[in-house]
Amino acid sequence: MDDRGHTHLIELHNITKSYQVGAVSVEAVRDISLTVKRGEIFGIIGHSGAGKSTLLRCVNLLERPTSGSVKVGEVELTKLSQRQLQAQRRKIGMIFQHFNLLSMSTVRDNIAFPLKLAGLTGTAVRDRVDELLKLVQLEQHADKYPAQLSGGQKQRVGIARALAGNPDVLLCDEATSALDPQTTNSILSLLLDINAKLGITILLITHEMQVIRSICDRVAVIDKGEIVELGDVLHVFLKPEHPVTRDFVDQVSDTSAASVLLEKRQGRLLRVTYVGELTYEPILYNAVKQTPVQFVILQGTVSRMKQTPYGQLIVELLGEDLEIDNVVAALRKEGLEVDTL
Amino acid sequence: MMSFENVRWEEIWEATKDTLYMMAASLLFTIIFGLMIGIVLFLTSRRQLLQQPMVYGILSVIVNVLRSVPFVILMIMIMPITKWITGTSLGVEGSIPPLVVAATPFFARLVETSLREVDRGVIEAAQAMGASKWDVVRRVLLSEARPGLMAAVTITAVTLVSYTAMSGVIGGGGLGDLALRYGYQRFQTDVMLVTVVLLIVLVQLLQMAGDALVRRYSRK
Repeated sequence: MDDRGHTHLIELHNITKSYQVGAVSVEAVRDISLTVKRGEIFGIIGHSGAGKSTLLRCVNLLERPTSGSVKVGEVELTKLSQRQLQAQRRKIGMIFQHFNLLSMSTVRDNIAFPLKLAGLTGTAVRDRVDELLKLVQLEQHADKYPAQLSGGQKQRVGIARALAGNPDVLLCDEATSALDPQTTNSILSLLLDINAKLGITILLITHEMQVIRSICDRVAVIDKGEIVELGDVLHVFLKPEHPVTRDFVDQVSDTSAASVLLEKRQGRLLRVTYVGELTYEPILYNAVKQTPVQFVILQGTVSRMKQTPYGQLIVELLGEDLEIDNVVAALRKEGLEVDTL
Repeated sequence: MMSFENVRWEEIWEATKDTLYMMAASLLFTIIFGLMIGIVLFLTSRRQLLQQPMVYGILSVIVNVLRSVPFVILMIMIMPITKWITGTSLGVEGSIPPLVVAATPFFARLVETSLREVDRGVIEAAQAMGASKWDVVRRVLLSEARPGLMAAVTITAVTLVSYTAMSGVIGGGGLGDLALRYGYQRFQTDVMLVTVVLLIVLVQLLQMAGDALVRRYSRK
């Protein structure tokens, strides 16, 4: 796959968006470049006001960047006329935090909306809507109005509507932020499904690390209009470098007490990280059982990131330095990542 | 005990028909022109699709000026225009143009206000789906604002009923004309009473019908 056009679906180059607030100009997004690969789920996380919403809206030019270029697929959107842009937007689905459904139209008519915009009529519309209703499991609710639906159901309508035109990309604007945790999970698994089965690339923004951890392949952390960290979710999650990233990781893995542990240490304090099938192996026990070294687990997380199991333990090893070195070597040999704290 | 000796029911019936005709015809034109002006006002206002401060400012001033002029004065002021359009400045036909001129700016403001109530997020979603500005107006704004627009039509219809009564001053015909000529000028209180009761009933019926429509189309 050496052809960039095939591997990169979204390319943002040097995007800057500034607003005039009174006499001063405020930069919501500052010189951001970003590429999203075809087929991946890419997450952008940031606190409110960090610029993530503006950045997302620059992808389909709901917000026109002050400078920079946007390319989706083979097309440079920033160079299109208004009419050409409207046609291209039909290939980019979008869902919203507050769903933004037509309150005066039924579920069926909401899903049919983009199809009618594209000029389809009659049975072509009806058949496609039926397909989509089935995909999001809302067949029984076709003739209801949005006000009669729960939040999760409304977002399913939003998803069906966004997928109606067979888009290459789905943009998600805080799609689960207005939902309760259980509903959030069902919407996230629907998004995972859509990504896997239909091969639709997903670009989402959120302020919840949980969302990133559950479905994203890669993540960018945005702060004050700039990307401060970017990489595979697993890597960013286990080795957060920027303080903002650490804040977000702390949301889901409670390692904030590490400094207290450091003060109380007696032996050597280690952070042991393991990923994949290793998670289920008794490696730690095997490494110490032949030696006089003892271990105490002070803190630990065992969880899943998308499909990958992972764990991170903070362990105190008690014993002779040399023996401890041997244990560390043994752990590393098994493929664990070991850091001395 | 009142005798109603002066009341000629045939004449009352004719006047009622005139009032209904004036109201219906002027309402129709008011809706057509008012909807267009209201949409333009909304679209050209700040932070909306066509944002045009100049256009909005000028249109807004015209609307305000027309709304400030008392109906009786307006009616007399535009008589030449009325005559040019309908061939007469008298009677039922002659009162329709001033009714439309008076009610249109009022209705246009109500339209602008109802369109403002439409969730910006829904407009944004439609644009994200590739809707043109015209699509947004036709498929989103007019549809989403339906209950508000129906309420606006109801209020305007009721206002028009009271305007038609005033057009009696220039011999506009209808119930108001009757009340003025017999009730006021000839002290036939019974005629005045009957026309007033009929006007009250008409306003009640309009308001009830309007409310029923709004209820029927509310989805929130």
